[in-house]
Amino acid sequence: MIKIFVPRDAAALSVGADEVAAAIASEAKKRKLQVEIVRNGSRGMLYLEPLVEVTTANGRVAYGPVAPSDVASLFDAGFLEGKAHALGHGLTEEIPYFKNQERLTFARCGITDPLSIEDYRSHGGFVGLAKALQMKPIDIVTEVTTSGLRGRGGAGFPTGIKWKTVHDLPAGEKYVACNADEGDSGTFADRMLMEGDPFCLIEGMTIAAIAGGAQKGYIYVRSEYPHSVHVLREAIEIARRANWLGDNIQGTKHSFDLFVRMGAGAYICGEETSMLESIEGKRGIVRYKPPIPAIEGLFGKPTIINNVMSFAAVPIIIDKGGEFYRDYGVGRSRGTLAFQIAGNIKQGGLVEKAFGVTTRQLIEDWGGGTATGRPVRAVQVGGPLGAYIPESKFDVPMDYEEFAKVDAMVGHGGLVVFDDTVDMAKQARFAMEFCTIESCGKCTPCRIGSTRGVEVIDKIIDDIDRTKNLALLEDLCVTMADGSLCAMGGLTPFPVMSAVRGFPEDFHKPSPNKFLADAAE
Amino acid sequence: MAKKAVKQTNGSRVDQFPAPTPAEVAALASCARHGNKPDELLEIFHDLQHQLGYVPDATLPVIAKALNRSRAEIYGVLTFYHEFKRHPVGKHVVKICRAEACQSMGTDALCQHAEKSLGTSLGGTTADGMVTIEQVFCLGNCALSPAIMVGEKLYGKVDPKRFDEIIGGLEKEAAE
Ligand SMILES: Cc1cc2nc3c(=O)[nH]c(=O)nc-3n(C[C@H](O)[C@H](O)[C@H](O)COP(=O)(O)O)c2cc1C
Ligand code: SF4
Repeated sequence: MIKIFVPRDAAALSVGADEVAAAIASEAKKRKLQVEIVRNGSRGMLYLEPLVEVTTANGRVAYGPVAPSDVASLFDAGFLEGKAHALGHGLTEEIPYFKNQERLTFARCGITDPLSIEDYRSHGGFVGLAKALQMKPIDIVTEVTTSGLRGRGGAGFPTGIKWKTVHDLPAGEKYVACNADEGDSGTFADRMLMEGDPFCLIEGMTIAAIAGGAQKGYIYVRSEYPHSVHVLREAIEIARRANWLGDNIQGTKHSFDLFVRMGAGAYICGEETSMLESIEGKRGIVRYKPPIPAIEGLFGKPTIINNVMSFAAVPIIIDKGGEFYRDYGVGRSRGTLAFQIAGNIKQGGLVEKAFGVTTRQLIEDWGGGTATGRPVRAVQVGGPLGAYIPESKFDVPMDYEEFAKVDAMVGHGGLVVFDDTVDMAKQARFAMEFCTIESCGKCTPCRIGSTRGVEVIDKIIDDIDRTKNLALLEDLCVTMADGSLCAMGGLTPFPVMSAVRGFPEDFHKPSPNKFLADAAE
Repeated sequence: MAKKAVKQTNGSRVDQFPAPTPAEVAALASCARHGNKPDELLEIFHDLQHQLGYVPDATLPVIAKALNRSRAEIYGVLTFYHEFKRHPVGKHVVKICRAEACQSMGTDALCQHAEKSLGTSLGGTTADGMVTIEQVFCLGNCALSPAIMVGEKLYGKVDPKRFDEIIGGLEKEAAE
């Protein structure tokens, strides 16, 4: 039977993948053709979604973006044999956007049926875990340390060191917690993996549990991701039934079980200690450190906390060895990162590449420029707490240290592209506004400072004492950066000051409320 | 199920337990389903919001008692999270992403259009009680901006025209 793939990824659904799948099924029935429709994850070429693939003797052939109204003509053109059509792109794996990536973490995503454990295993799944079940926990930790893997959630802390801390503590109640709060605008890699290859996350977390000696794990998923929650809950159930989770996994002495918890629309709950509070059913107020969560984490017990991408990188590290992974990348940024090209971009999507690729390559070679066709003016890298970078910095290689040198941050690898119509004073104001909305309220520079920040930027925009207020804004940013407990208040100054410094002309435009400026004189 | 002092015809007062309201019954049942465990409080709120559209204040004492926590704690958790609602909402909740990726593709104009065409502001409900619109920050659909979510259904590349079609679809659905 001919296999047709239509993604079930939320992004694909958002542009009509369900309707396309239904149209294909009914058209096939009408033509009395036997087809099997597999609902796979996304290949990450989101600009082509819904991307329909057909299995042929030469490999999978891609068509997209397909609308339900295109389906009849696809059948007419002979897409079931992979024949040409206006929406055709030839073999999926030969599309340059896909071919020029280095897919380690996303090796299976979009290829397999996300909820088929047989599919998962036939594509290299559970090889890492099977190995880990036979390894000494300390050897797992050593392998992860060798790989050079650093936390993909934003801060880039070496994963091996974190795991070693938990490993070295006396045996007892310990936890693994996965941060799937993915609140940064411009990022969707966690979501794509959870929906497209959920067993990979389950495998990575189970390996972490063996390394650290944990018995129980939680995945904290934001409530904006209902699809991910459903897929994960189903995948966990399937893994339990197949004894890849639960007691005595695959007949060994290791036991581990996993639970999904849903957030409730609070950006701050992505901060790890706030997330722990939230999993405990409390307000997401950031905790003081020390004690670090590795020592006193969830319910006061030692806890390995990592981002989805960090855990999902682990199976291949254990399977192929830490050195294999370390051979990708540059400097102290080893391995690959799933870059997410978003915003005003012609060809948005997920690009997994070794560190060292540049912003320009990502937005030009892959992204193909803006969706509006206008020149790119600014790119915000690393989420709402990341800097806006002007064109002069587009050639800085993606590397934690190189980005830090230019006061920017790689973070979770999201790139939000803006064209030349962007008003950077407005963007700076939004960064402060976002902080007022999402601050947990524990410390004054963040809670009150952000409100004052919005007011000061409003005055600058309205041309009220501009020079004085620009100096005041800078002073406020220093106070927030130095005086905040966590990176919410601590990093909000980055997008703000990057806008002021990189795009000063936007802070010196004529006031849109001229009468206000005049009245102030 | 607060005790109510009821004045008897003979002038004396006795304490009566009025029958629990449906919301209180739902709250008790949800707590029980979650083993009356305080760490499952967010799940309990999600449960109630799913069933009732919001979390009525009247359920808070019930939950507090079931989980053996103070009412202040329960109230504190409920009000911390943007997702939880304390008041009735429209039949459909439409979340419009206002974060940076969607800003770069014109979500500000989309929000203005939504407010104008529905005659309510972000956070408000249409006069006929059909639609509540609210702002959210990121729906994880940043390569297909602007994004909105209706219930659990996600939509990408939503310009004002597509927005009207989606809302129109909801109204048509209701009419049928
Ligand atoms: C305001 C704020 C929001 C954050 N949001 C997230 C998030 O959504 N996902 C995430 O993995 N880490 C987030 N982090 C980083 C976490 O605190 C933590 O560093 C991370 O979960 C550790 O995992 P990793 O070492 O694998 O990156 C956030 C931090 C801050 C300060
Ligand atoms: S910086 Fe802001 S979010 Fe972080 S602890 Fe302080 S008040 Fe809370």
